[in-house]
Amino acid sequence: MKLQFREPGINPAVLSGWEDAPPRKGFFTDTSICIGCKACEVACKEWNHVPEDGLEWLGTSYDNTGSLGASTWRHVAFIEQPIAKPASENGIASNGSANPDFRWLMSSDVCKHCTEAGCLDVCPTGALFRTEFGTVVVQDDICNGCGYCVPACPFGVIDRRDGSDSAKNVGIAQKCTLCYDRIGAGMTPACAQACPTESIQFGDLDELRVRAQERIELLHQQGNKSARLYGEDPNDGIGGAGAIFLLLDEPEVYGLPPNPVVTTRDLPEMWKRAGAAALALIVGLAAASLKR
Amino acid sequence: MAECHPVGFQWVMEAKKRGAKIIHIDPRFTRTSAVADQHVPIRAGSDIAFLGGIINYILESEKYFKEYVVNYTNAATIIRNEFKDTDDLDGLFSGYDPVTSQYDTESWGYRGITEVAAAGPKNQGTKVSAESAQAGQGAAQRSRQGSAIHEHELHRDETLKDPNTVFQILKRHYARYTPEMVERVCGVPQKEFLEVCRAVTENSGRDKTTAWVYSVGWTHHSVGVQYIRGAAIIQLLLGNMGRPGGGILALRGHASIQGSTDIPTLFDILPGYLPMPSVDLPKGLRGYIDSMVTTEQKGFWSNTEGYMVSLLKAYWGEKATSENDFCFDYLPKISGDHGTYQTVLDMMDDKVEGYMIMGENPAVGSSNGKLQRMAMAHLKWLVVRDFQLIESATFWKDGPEIATGELKTDEIGTEVFFFPAANHVEKDGSFTQTQRMLQWHHKAIDPPGDCQSELHFFFNLGKKIKSILADSTLERDKPIQDLTWDYPTLDSGEPDAEAVLKEINGTYLTGEKAGQPLDSYTDMKPNGSTSGGCWIYTGVYADNINHAAKRKSGSDQSWVAPDWGWVWPANRRILYNRASADPQGKPWSEKKAYVWWDSKAKKWTGHDVPDFELTKAPTYKAPKGSRGPEALSGNDPFIMQSDGKGWLFVPAGLKDGPLPAHYEPQESPVSNAVYPQQANPTRQVYKRDDNLSNPSGHDKGSEVFPYVFTTYRLTEHHTAGGMSRFLPYLSELQPEFFCEVSPELAEERGLRPNGWATIITARTAIEARVLITERIKPLKVGGKVIHQIGLPYHWGVGGEALVSGDSANDLLGLTLDPNVHIQEAKASSCDIQPGRRPVGTALLKLVEQYRQRAGITVNTSNQLLSPKKGES
Repeated sequence: MKLQFREPGINPAVLSGWEDAPPRKGFFTDTSICIGCKACEVACKEWNHVPEDGLEWLGTSYDNTGSLGASTWRHVAFIEQPIAKPASENGIASNGSANPDFRWLMSSDVCKHCTEAGCLDVCPTGALFRTEFGTVVVQDDICNGCGYCVPACPFGVIDRRDGSDSAKNVGIAQKCTLCYDRIGAGMTPACAQACPTESIQFGDLDELRVRAQERIELLHQQGNKSARLYGEDPNDGIGGAGAIFLLLDEPEVYGLPPNPVVTTRDLPEMWKRAGAAALALIVGLAAASLKR
Repeated sequence: MAECHPVGFQWVMEAKKRGAKIIHIDPRFTRTSAVADQHVPIRAGSDIAFLGGIINYILESEKYFKEYVVNYTNAATIIRNEFKDTDDLDGLFSGYDPVTSQYDTESWGYRGITEVAAAGPKNQGTKVSAESAQAGQGAAQRSRQGSAIHEHELHRDETLKDPNTVFQILKRHYARYTPEMVERVCGVPQKEFLEVCRAVTENSGRDKTTAWVYSVGWTHHSVGVQYIRGAAIIQLLLGNMGRPGGGILALRGHASIQGSTDIPTLFDILPGYLPMPSVDLPKGLRGYIDSMVTTEQKGFWSNTEGYMVSLLKAYWGEKATSENDFCFDYLPKISGDHGTYQTVLDMMDDKVEGYMIMGENPAVGSSNGKLQRMAMAHLKWLVVRDFQLIESATFWKDGPEIATGELKTDEIGTEVFFFPAANHVEKDGSFTQTQRMLQWHHKAIDPPGDCQSELHFFFNLGKKIKSILADSTLERDKPIQDLTWDYPTLDSGEPDAEAVLKEINGTYLTGEKAGQPLDSYTDMKPNGSTSGGCWIYTGVYADNINHAAKRKSGSDQSWVAPDWGWVWPANRRILYNRASADPQGKPWSEKKAYVWWDSKAKKWTGHDVPDFELTKAPTYKAPKGSRGPEALSGNDPFIMQSDGKGWLFVPAGLKDGPLPAHYEPQESPVSNAVYPQQANPTRQVYKRDDNLSNPSGHDKGSEVFPYVFTTYRLTEHHTAGGMSRFLPYLSELQPEFFCEVSPELAEERGLRPNGWATIITARTAIEARVLITERIKPLKVGGKVIHQIGLPYHWGVGGEALVSGDSANDLLGLTLDPNVHIQEAKASSCDIQPGRRPVGTALLKLVEQYRQRAGITVNTSNQLLSPKKGES
């Protein structure tokens, strides 16, 4: 049985019942031009009043943010990575030390706004909903903090907020809204607005996909064979992301799952099987009772 | 640049997208390196060897832009026979006096010219304070004045073959800066160095230009001015000055450092780079002007009197008349170095009673932090204006010296006043950024609580002082009593910032245009009929329009974008742009066309405002005896120089040599491989117990401090942290002070990842978290492996900020560049040990042990002239 959501390329806003939905909005994060300035992290927090997330030094390159979470909706990863290049005659690389050539990857991660969003599927209160822009947003005044959405996200994005009772939205599930309030007013999300190099681009997802495709082709032409797009394939396990990425290496390098699958994908099948099992049980019970 | 100027860096990324090659030369691997085509790790403090190597490559392989070099630089000019170079004198230039440690620069002059004027008034030399060197352009601006040098007086050899031409001197001087030498001094393998040479030369010429970008770190050396000079020589040889995509771009530490030198907060210059009057000068306005401008002054400094009188009219209005010298004697006179470090030493010696700190945090941001804090404890009063209670305002209760017992709160007599400041969105005003562009910002919200703008603070402070002194009969109070101080105020009570801008722009005072703004600085008159607060800014308010507030989108105007902000002078985007055309006035190439001579219309035209008299033909030859702009010939693009040429060789105006020569930093773990002279023989040192230096080079004890450290900034913080460590969203991004070390050094010293390290110099010891990273590479320097340690300097010890930590600047001593009095903060030596530093008096003991082990006295590394071989 083919599910409705598995139709590739369909705007999930339409499927969610929005009439005259505008074109689906999204992000294209081109990590090849990210300079790791973290303006996206700060702009996001400023606009969305996301609280400080701990003054802890992590000692992991320049990343003291760690991961996405209830109080971190943009996260710039810093990956220090040697690149294997042929060593020069004496076994010492061309830079004069024993280190091989080296690169420093930076990538601003964010909620993927999946076409098939596990968090939304499992939300019992309707706090999580699909907006007219095709994005996935939590309504903090409806969320009851049950936390079902937390393990449902294949990327580990959404989380419940920790903190003292007096803090805002403690216990409530929180994540990127793609600045629902801003885009609703015709503005650009705060992170994309603040990005100095246009590493984070906002726009109609269809157009962003084209741009991403052109960019990846250019990088491949320039010999950057390990560059790849992430989340752009509508046939992947989440039906394609609303926030797509250009990565310079495998997703795992950036801490991203290589083949994300919506956790609820098998639910219908499971229900069907459960139903069949239940039916079989009922039939069995009936048969048993008939035998009596 | 990506690290400290991420917003400006977008244009580098844009250029990269269009095919530009980005090369990053830096001791550490930064966010810039991450996106550069090539990163070249270099030993901190060795840049002149690197730049000299490029100059040598350009000359040896004849890659220089010959037509440009012959016509637009002083390459063909013949220098006096008496000049002797570093090759002959063990690393010194001719004229060095070992007693005064200064150069007599006479032998550096042009043959046939009695005196080459350079840096402002002759008897003032080039005393510029550290802040103006921060600003980079301060020193450069000052060297623009000079007597006219007419071509017929000069000895020139345009074949460039005469052995005394600048060109041949340059060739000989840099002959020893071979790729082998670069490798030996800088730790940059020859192959990598030659890649840079090829990229720079292949991307220069008629069709292409290369830009050099530096940040203020380049000025933080005892040879800082000569670093910039090195880049200037490369750019002149390759024809990259005055042309689009060329130049030397100085990135500044704050949004408006350029503005703070144009309209200075400095002791030795007045607005528009007019030198501050000095006690040494002949008395009166005439004496001041005559000391700067000769009767045959060439170029646009010839109207200095007009600029100065207009400034005096802006200060003292109707009180300034031709009868009273326009109140010239109301101006204070300087009597020596009153720069920031000298002032701090004077405080230490109880010569200074009061100190006002605004937008600075010297307890954290200045070199030798302990000296800064100890000195402030000698004050009677201290005013701090800032957004937050920065460490400079609280050192008396929670500074590091309280912990060590060197200061005791109840024994400090300093009365500290704190004034909360409004930030840039809470007030109207302007920034002047590195392109000399003024950009207006409009107030968005009211400042909270008691916070005030600078304008509000100073206007009211001035009013109060005036009212206190209103009835004074003392002569010394007349300058304040007569000062015009009548800015209109807005409904909010705030002085009208645009009225200040209009005053800066200047106004006609008499005639039919009386009351109207001046259009151009050429309108300024020495007779008192005009006023103007800063001649170079004239035009920013022309036609009663605030041109700094222009924000026309780039897509709605030409690519030069003249309607985006306003650039001094005269909204000219590229200085010396006459050089973008060939001697005949034609663009060097269609691709790089910028400003050219329209032979039909008989005038200069182009995409930008020409930096040349509009109707002066390229073929014009300045007549004998001419002065002012008339004395500039049609092929003299460098219109502020006394000979109209770009100076490859500086005949006058610099304290430490006409050409950059490599000297080691004050503290270096290696000896100078280029010359027997170890360090800059004219550097400014202070032989004091509170400013000790590590032994350097092959001196005994230098092995105690075997590593190089360099200090720098991170994207996440702003300088000394006053604008970032009090904000949660920035503090959480870089919450702790850390040192960056290579895995090799970590192994050598037993440093553990994410553990602690103690870093020690002759001044003090500090602790930092350990970030072990392959981004820091050990370098092979002269057969020796040199480890470098990176230290971001944003943290300080205090109780008010969200995040605190030891300050990297506490490790530094005071050794200054002789030209601009700026501290050597980017290359020093140290030791590093695992674990946290001791606390209390144990910390002092540790430092004392190091001093003893290394045999440090006040004389250590402070002998300016290196002993000859065999002596020591």
